[in-house]
Amino acid sequence: MSTILNQVSKNYGESNIILNNVSAEIETGEFFVIVGPSGCGKSTLLRMIAGLTEISDGDISIDGQVVNNLQPKDRKLTMVFQSYALFPFLNVWDNVAFGLKARKLDQAEVHQRVNDALDMVSLSELKDRKPRELSGGQRQRVALARAVASDAKICLMDEPLSNLDAQLRVKMRQEIYQLQRKLGLTLIYVTHDQVEAMTMADHIMVLNDHEVQQIGTPTEIYQQPANAFVANFFGTALINVMPAQKFDDYTLNVDGDFQIRMDQKITDEATKIGIRPGELSIEAADELTANATVKSTEFLGDETIVYATTNSGHDIRILLPGKATHAAFEKIKISSSNNIFLFDANNKRIPFEAGDLVNA
Amino acid sequence: MISTNKPSRLNKIVSYTLLLLLAFVILAPFFIGIWTSFLPTMEIAKGNFLSTDLSFNNYVAAFTKTPILRYLANSLVVSTLTMAAQLVFCSMSAYAFVFLKFKYRNAIFILFLITMMLPFEAEIIPNFTTVKNLGMLDHYSVLLIPFLTSAFGTFMLRQSFMQTPNELKEAADIEGLNHFQFYWNIVLPYNKVSLITLGAYSFLGAWNQYLWPMLTTFSNNSRLIQNGLRQLQSEETFNDWGMIQASAAIIVIPTILVLFIGQHYFKSGMNEGAVK
Repeated sequence: MSTILNQVSKNYGESNIILNNVSAEIETGEFFVIVGPSGCGKSTLLRMIAGLTEISDGDISIDGQVVNNLQPKDRKLTMVFQSYALFPFLNVWDNVAFGLKARKLDQAEVHQRVNDALDMVSLSELKDRKPRELSGGQRQRVALARAVASDAKICLMDEPLSNLDAQLRVKMRQEIYQLQRKLGLTLIYVTHDQVEAMTMADHIMVLNDHEVQQIGTPTEIYQQPANAFVANFFGTALINVMPAQKFDDYTLNVDGDFQIRMDQKITDEATKIGIRPGELSIEAADELTANATVKSTEFLGDETIVYATTNSGHDIRILLPGKATHAAFEKIKISSSNNIFLFDANNKRIPFEAGDLVNA
Repeated sequence: MISTNKPSRLNKIVSYTLLLLLAFVILAPFFIGIWTSFLPTMEIAKGNFLSTDLSFNNYVAAFTKTPILRYLANSLVVSTLTMAAQLVFCSMSAYAFVFLKFKYRNAIFILFLITMMLPFEAEIIPNFTTVKNLGMLDHYSVLLIPFLTSAFGTFMLRQSFMQTPNELKEAADIEGLNHFQFYWNIVLPYNKVSLITLGAYSFLGAWNQYLWPMLTTFSNNSRLIQNGLRQLQSEETFNDWGMIQASAAIIVIPTILVLFIGQHYFKSGMNEGAVK
């Protein structure tokens, strides 16, 4: 009993491919986040699941039934839109009741469900207002209440928080997460925000370039990214992906700037490494031993990001605990722990052999 | 402070003087007309416009001595039906042009637009021959049937419907609304302002018709108000100007009413809150 995408593709004509061979299994009751940069086809994928966009190839099945040719209303799902899609001429209560009335539900049940849904998003007191009299967050809650009131067990959300300011976004993020847990909804959630993906998801699907890059839990995605794109997409500050050469079986040379001593044997395919900014450390150095120059620092409160340029000309970010005092143009010596990722020429991560993993 | 204030004050004086002048030029005939409608015809004939012999006698005369009530009723029926028909048919065809996908949609829409560019006066002879052959002359139908729909109305509503956010259509699809439900429950209320505009426009258009009803109606049973007004003038050997002015004043009342009612709805921000 789950939603299964089987080699789903979407293209407009031969050349204009939007999505290519997307396969995934979304379990009932899980919070599934589809994440990717804009233009990667994530909203299209959601609309294909909803039935608003036709599928070019492959099939989608919900609870064991192929739904390719089913009308959206027969797929038993609800959708929350990025722009909320509220009806401006109806008040809050009628907006929530609209779908239920359209499905010709019994009057008493409509009342029950709408009132419950409004209670759940704490909008009961505003039920007579028109959407234009609500703030952005309240409008978003009305859209949520609409999804809650429906008895559909699958809920699709298309970047529902992108129109809200940062503080409200954090608050609504928690509300959505709690609602999903409380109602046991299967929630398929599209976002371009890696923080939303990391904090809410049971499983994340990373899309880029019209293809699935990786599907996994937030931990897997962060600790074992499938390729350089995924490593790059998750984590603030941004990971450092730099060219590296094998020096000997256990030593990597990062473009002549510094060396990393590995516990595992290094394969010949390794051409790049990814180092999370937190794995790097800095010591003051003189002209002779320095391998980088500080460009600027950003103080974030309990951490500081140091931006520097290595002697070989690569930009590098270093995340230091506490407040670091490094002036621009200061010469520094960077060294790295060996908790890093190796990538081959095609940017795919080279997994360490089982048992070799030390710090992950 | 003074130096910056002076030119702007001068500006204001000039522009308000100009506005007052223009308002006077436009409104004076209107008020003179209303004023004279209260004067006895004898005073008007003498040119004594400043007479204080004001009364409602002209209005009473208009209602009792002429078939103006009949004309008013004719016009009211024809205008209301024209408005209703145009709202229904224009909104339906506009819906088709926006929300239905069919072959040659744009080509057909361009055909629609072309008919709009042809002035009605240019088609009047073939149209007259047609309605004559159909035996529709001097009947309500001849005033109604050619105006059941309008290319302009379709065009205007299409432009408005196209502004309806696509998300509302998608939300409706997910709720399982069929085309008629979507049209009736969402598109029409969402575009209420445009519909009221078109309604007022088509009502006034029908109310102020002159050429077509003049050609096709010739009895009091179907004559419309504007032609009736003309009729009052020529029927009398001596023109009862006071009464004619009173009739004219009666005729503009519905026009003003429609505009006032319409204006109440032309508030901006009606659709705020639908998206974003």
